[in-house]
Amino acid sequence: MMVEILWDIIFSFLSIGFISAFIRLARGPHLPDRIISLDLISIMAIGFFVAYAVLYDQSSFLDVSIILAIITFLGTVAFAYYLERRV
Amino acid sequence: MGEYLILGIFLLGSFLVLVAGIGLLRMPDLFLRMSATAKAGTLGTGLMVLGAAIHFDEFAIYTRAIALIAFLFVTAPVSTHMLGRAAYFDGVPLWKGTIQDDLRGHYKLTTHSLEEEILPEKDQSHIEDEADAFEINE
Repeated sequence: MMVEILWDIIFSFLSIGFISAFIRLARGPHLPDRIISLDLISIMAIGFFVAYAVLYDQSSFLDVSIILAIITFLGTVAFAYYLERRV
Repeated sequence: MGEYLILGIFLLGSFLVLVAGIGLLRMPDLFLRMSATAKAGTLGTGLMVLGAAIHFDEFAIYTRAIALIAFLFVTAPVSTHMLGRAAYFDGVPLWKGTIQDDLRGHYKLTTHSLEEEILPEKDQSHIEDEADAFEINE
């Protein structure tokens, strides 16, 4: 019972962080603000995968998070390269 | 007992991720936002991966978790630095409460190279003083 409440608290923390990052993605006054919020959203998605892996006892979800970390890094570097060369 | 240890690590990690999200929303300036997300978000996710490794307690999972934590901690500063450099060249305004900007006037706009002395006015990049209003006052 106590454990379920603690899992609810963990997922609500993650969800509130997700929602605030999405608000910054929609409002962000400049392009780098949107890119940094996309970066944070995918890092939070890694956290979600890891939390679900523990909750449902499925260790194969961790592989997904490794792939997502690699793709996130490459995406942010590609966006930064585009932003610098565009000028 | 072990379950509550894992839950404590997960609570701390998700709280740090929440702090990163709120910092991204409330900070007044792109560079302050980046400092909030890069540190708190990476540390929170790294703590959650550590909790998962302790939960499964297998050799294969430990190696994957260490690889993931090392990758996160190496790539987050790299991508944040690249993005901050590109944003500085792009002329993203600093917060109006910024006291000192040591890079001002030292970058050559045409070649993106860093020079020792202050460059003449025509070579400088266009860094404006205007900034977003601090959004707490809205």
